Order: sequence, then structure tokens, then C-alpha cells
Amino acid sequence: MSIVEAILLTIVTASTPLLIAALGELVTERSGVLNLGVEGMMAMGAACGFAGAILFDSTLLGVLCGILAGGLTAALFAFAVLGLAANQVASGLALTIFGLGLSGLIGAPFIGARRDPITHLHIPGLTDLPLVGRLFFGQDAFVYASLLLCLGVGWFLFRTRKGLLLRAVGENQTSAHSLGLPVLRVRLLAILFGGACAGLAGAYLSLVYTRFWSPGMTSGRGWIAVALVVFAAWRPDWALFGAYLFGAATVLQLHAQAAAIGIPSQALSALPYLATIVALVVLSLGRRRDTGAPGSLGAPFVPDR
Amino acid sequence: MTELGATAGAGADETGPPLIAMHGITKVFGSLVANDHIDLAIRAGEIHALLGENGAGKSTLVKILYGLLEPTEGEIRWRGEPVRLAGPQEARSLGIGMVFQHFSLFENLTVAENIAAAMPPDLSLAEVAAKARDVSGQYGLSVDLDRPVWTLSAGERQRIEIIRCLLQDPRLIVLDEPTSVLTPQEADRLFVTLERLAASGCAILYISHRLEEVRRLCSSATILRAGRVVATIDPRAVSAREIAGLMVGTALHDVVAGRGAAEGAPRLVVRGLSLASEKAHGQALRDIELAVRAGEVLGIAGVAGNGQGELFAALSGERLAHGPDVVAIDGKPVGHLGVTERRRLGAAFVPEERLGHGAVPDHRLAENTLLSRHGTGGLVSRGFVLADATRALATRIIETFDVRKEGADPRARTLSGGNLQKFVVGREILREPGVLVVNQPTWGVDAGAAALIRQALVDLARSGSAVLIISQDLDELFEMADRIAVIHAGELSAPEATGDLTRETVGLLMTGAAAPKGTVHAH
Repeated sequence: MSIVEAILLTIVTASTPLLIAALGELVTERSGVLNLGVEGMMAMGAACGFAGAILFDSTLLGVLCGILAGGLTAALFAFAVLGLAANQVASGLALTIFGLGLSGLIGAPFIGARRDPITHLHIPGLTDLPLVGRLFFGQDAFVYASLLLCLGVGWFLFRTRKGLLLRAVGENQTSAHSLGLPVLRVRLLAILFGGACAGLAGAYLSLVYTRFWSPGMTSGRGWIAVALVVFAAWRPDWALFGAYLFGAATVLQLHAQAAAIGIPSQALSALPYLATIVALVVLSLGRRRDTGAPGSLGAPFVPDR
Repeated sequence: MTELGATAGAGADETGPPLIAMHGITKVFGSLVANDHIDLAIRAGEIHALLGENGAGKSTLVKILYGLLEPTEGEIRWRGEPVRLAGPQEARSLGIGMVFQHFSLFENLTVAENIAAAMPPDLSLAEVAAKARDVSGQYGLSVDLDRPVWTLSAGERQRIEIIRCLLQDPRLIVLDEPTSVLTPQEADRLFVTLERLAASGCAILYISHRLEEVRRLCSSATILRAGRVVATIDPRAVSAREIAGLMVGTALHDVVAGRGAAEGAPRLVVRGLSLASEKAHGQALRDIELAVRAGEVLGIAGVAGNGQGELFAALSGERLAHGPDVVAIDGKPVGHLGVTERRRLGAAFVPEERLGHGAVPDHRLAENTLLSRHGTGGLVSRGFVLADATRALATRIIETFDVRKEGADPRARTLSGGNLQKFVVGREILREPGVLVVNQPTWGVDAGAAALIRQALVDLARSGSAVLIISQDLDELFEMADRIAVIHAGELSAPEATGDLTRETVGLLMTGAAAPKGTVHAH
């Protein structure tokens, strides 16, 4: 395997969890809810996913545990911001702290355990092609699933009536309510979807990316997913681009550190974040006025009866 | 539509139970009784007006009728049968359609998507678009289905709401202040549509504060005051003045205008003001020229969103002009100066939005006094607020302008729209500013407060100040202004003496039909 091929493969692995979590948050935000708890939900997904996989000795059941854990954590958030109309920013931050803490407790007994690598696609002939073979035809199921998810979210949001309903609720909750659209139900489902995606992304981290669990292993990826949604102007296709750009920056700085090119490692570690800021600035210069943000994003909704 | 077929073209159906009858409707919010045993009946084919001041309970009643609010007490009968309206879906399935005052549209969605959002979910977007095309052709309501809503004018937006409403095959259509954002010509088109609908047997509940419109269009009217029905009348048989009297409860006084001195010195001058818009869907200003003389009220008419907000921001100093000489107050160039510096030169400003721009909703009135008077009111000493002086000034504003409130120094948001507007306008007028710029002085304000505000503005001008009023209300401008100019698509027409203008000519300028300043446009 050439070094270029190895780098490309790691980029895909690093980008996949970012893409999945960002797509979930994107749907949540399109419904008008800002959930800053992605990091916490992802941590829960990583811990519960890993615990489930060890206990049931099944990666599939582990993944389901991770999705469920993310969804349940999101349900807590939904109770606070929809049921009690609590401040979304504060609730999201609290959710992150809560998720990081509880996941540490759940994961503690599994420190030191390891999972075997999961199977990758293998199509004789195609997968064996030089350079691009494994890149396109030799990935694990999650990679293909994340790409399908991206297509699915785009199709749902812009081609279906249910997607229109979701965008309408996020765009103007007052109008949506006065038309009789079920604002709170739509938001509940969107929040749960976001939680499930974050849980899946977390499970991918512990079951595929590292194959072991350690406290705080999400290391800010949830926050990057939140930033990616803004970066992508709430569009799934741009989220795909953004996730891979950021994934590439993360991997390349590691290789740059290894190659000892004379730049302090701290500066290199900061590179992906720097890239995000630069990309955000460039993008916002281009569309100066319209960021594409849903009109009701972050506003609590309380219907009066 | 079989039942309605019998009455088609025959106007109101006088036999049998009314289409909808509300009996003893009461709605209580905390300690406030918004609706107090209201009775209202509407027959098929009838255009029925619902009249009342702001806060009389019209919106509450309409929300109950559309299922958005549940009445505390009372009964609604539809064709004689009692019904319970648990939500807009149920109201719609009965055949009640609603055209909202503040349109319930989604700015970033296309027209077709906006219509689809209110349609049953089993229809595809293409089917919705086809139906919308049918209806818009049938009623002559032309609109481009693929455009995003934010690019449309208020008249076009209203057409979408009406199409959306008609698609549900309604028996009763409720229109809340439908003409408040329309030019006179657009309003005429709306009336033709409404008369056609009524002739086909549809009942219409028409909410408006424009009494001449109501007298022209409606065959009966229910008048609310303080949550109660005070009269049900035939508006064609009663004068507008009498109707207004019923709405307010007392006789109204006309504003005593007395035309201003024609040849005062110019106090506010704008030369060649061009300004790009900062907002996503804003309007850029192009080469604005104006001069307001001492003793004069200059009115600027225009349909909302044609640059009024941007012009106000440029005059007040919230946005700076591209050079000092572009804006001058009493001959001093101020284009480069901010709001406080302009205030110190004797100018004062009242923005359109009372809550959030003119006043901080959660601050008390005394604190809100400080908001615009900190530079000019003697309320601050060496960086410290003089609490006593601030409270005294607030009290003086409240007394002079008859601001009604609860408690000694309540938060701004607890005041009614009219009372808060009296406070915000009064705060500036008490200073006796040399130049006063007001954006929509009586928007959403009840008739009593509006009359007081208008009189105060005219009196200020007569005392030698230059008063610039930006307003969408043509009646108001014709009542107060000495000269009127029209803003359209960010350009200002040359002002003309009010006596030389008619509503029709101003209306044409508002649509951009006549080119301002005789310049040639590439439309």
C-alpha cells in the first residue's frame, strides 16, 4: 500500500463520524432547534456502543446501543427545550457536560478492552485496483451508510412534503403554528434523529476508528460537527464537502508532525481549526448577507391556547 | 359547494341558520378579559366587518374562530350545529380560511412551497402547483410559483395567502387588516376579488380600521370595544365619523393642521444620499434628495420595504452616509456623525419598531427615557445617571402625553401599543427638537392615541421645527403633511404640496408606475 493510499484511507475514516454527526445536527437545526449537546451525545454513543459490543459480542448490537444512547440523551434535551421551553444554548451546553460525565461512568469498566477490526467491502477485481481500489470499493459499511445518509437527508429535505414541513417549522415557527403545522412534534423527531446520528458517530469512533474506549475520546468532534453545519450553510452536500475537508486537515497535520517539517507540533494540531475559521470567513465573504440559517433557529416555541 | 349553489350571485342568504354563529364567546388571559360574551353571526355570501380599536379583542376573537385559541366560555355553531375547533386543521376542514395581517409566509421558501405547507400532505408539490395555477387563473391572482417569497411585494404576498386560502375551498374567509400593506390600486384589485367571492356564496369576515373601505365593501359590521360588542350596524347607513365614535367611545377630534409657513429656512437637508442595504432582503437607497424647512411637515409615502427603514437609519445616524455633506442639520454637515452627535445638534428620531428599537421591552420607562435622552436631557453627570432627574423626566412625558400604564414605573412591554408609542414620541417631542424624523408614527396604534400623536407632531412643526414623517398610511399623510414625497425601490420622488396631490397620483408613484424626478428607468 502506498503512503498516498494510506493517507486517503485514513481521511475517509476520520471524516465519516464528522459527516454523520453533522447531518444529524443539520436536520435538528433545520427544524429550528440549536442542539449544542452533540459532543455529549456522541460521547454517550461511543461509550454505550462499545459497552454493548463487548457485552453482546456483536458490533451490530453495539452500534444499535450507541444509536439508542444518542437518541435517549437527545430525548432529555427535547424534554428541556420543547417540554419546558428552556433556553436551547444553555440546555445544549449542559447536555454536553452531562454526556461526557455519564459516558465516563459507563465506559470505565471497559477500559483496556479491544475490538477486532470490522469487515470491509471486498469486490474481487475492483477492490484490488491500484490506489483507488480500496478507497472506493474497500471501505467499511459505515462509510457507505454515511454517504447514503447524506443523499437521503438531501432528498428528504428538498424533495418530500415531510421535509418541506420540517423546513417550514424551522423557517418561521409562528407562521407554521398558525397554519396548524405540528411544530413541537416535528422538532421532537428532528432532535431524536440528531441524537441518533450523534450516537452512531460516537459508536463509529469507539468500534471502528480506535477499536478501544477511553474517556473523552470524542475530543471535540461533536463541536466540529456543530461548526460544520454553519460551514455547510445548512445544506447536506456542503456538509459532505466540509466533513472531508476537515477530516483531511486532521489527518494531514498528523503526517506533517510525523515528517518533522520543522513547524511546532502545537501549530500543526491547530491547523484543522484554523482551516475551519479560514473557510468560514471565505464563505461568509461570498454570501455576506444571507447565511441560509433557518429563521427560527434557537427560538423557544410556546403556543398559547 | 352544492348548498352554496342556490345562493350563488344572490348575495347574502337571508333564510335558515347563519353559516357561522358565535354565542357568548369569552376568553380570559390571566386577569385580562379579552373577549366578554361576544355574539357574532355571519351568513353565506355576506361581507361582514369586524371593527374595533387595537386591544378591543378582534384578534382574539378571530384566533378563536380559526381554532388557534380555545374560548374560556361560549359556543360556536356552524350551519346551526355546535362545533369545537381544536386547531386550525379543524377550522379548515369545516371551510374556514384565514388571510393573516402579518402574513404567515416562509421568506426563504418558494411560493409553491409556501402554498404546499398548508395543503394536505398526500399531495405532491407538482399537484399543489397545478391546483394553485388553476385558482390563480380563475380569480385573476397572478403570481410566479417558483420565486422565493422574500423577493415579492406585499401585494403579491397577500395574493399567495389568498390563493392558499381559496385552495381549501372555503365557505368563510377571514381577512385581518388586508389593505394595511397595499397601495390603493392593489386594494382595489383585492376588493374586486372579494366581491366576486361573496357573489359565489362565500362568507367574508373583514377586519379593518379603514372605515371608508368598510362602508364601501361590507353590508354589516360588528363593533367591539374593550372586549364587548357595542353595536351591530349596517355600515353603509352610518357615517364613518359615527362608526369611529362607536369604536372609541367618545367623539374624535380632527387634527388641526393649519398649513405651515412655506418659506422657512431648510433645517434638514439630504443631498445625493445613496446607501447599499445591510440586510439580507433590504432595499438600497439611490440618490435621495430632500429638504425639510422650519415650520413644515414633510411626508414620505411608500409601500413597506421600499427603503423607508434604510432612509430612517441614514437620517438618524444609525448608518453613516458616504460623506459629511450628504446629510445636514441646520446647515451643519452630519453625514459622518452618529446618533448622539446628531441629537446634540437638535435632532430627534422615532423609529418604526416601538419594542426593541424605540424602547427596550424589559426596561422600565425611566430607563427607557435615558435611552434616547442621555446626551441631551441633563440626565447624566460625569458618567453617572441622575436617577431623580430621569424619573422626573419620565413622569413629565407620561403626564404630558397621557400615557396610561399600570404601576409607578412599569416595564415598556407591559404598555399597550398606543400608550408606548405616545411615550416614545413624547420623549422626543418634549425636547422641542429642531428636526424630528418619525417612521410610521401611528402604526398599529388606536385612533385616540393616533389623534394625539398627530396633533403633537403638527404642533411641533408649527412652533418652528422641521418634521419628517415616513408613513404607509396615506390618510395620515394627507391629514398632516404640508408636502408629500413618495419612496419607491429606494428612490424618492420630488415632494409636492399636499393640496396639489390626490390619493391616486400618490398611489401610482407608490407602485413605481410614474418615474420619480422625471428620470428614465430601465424597468
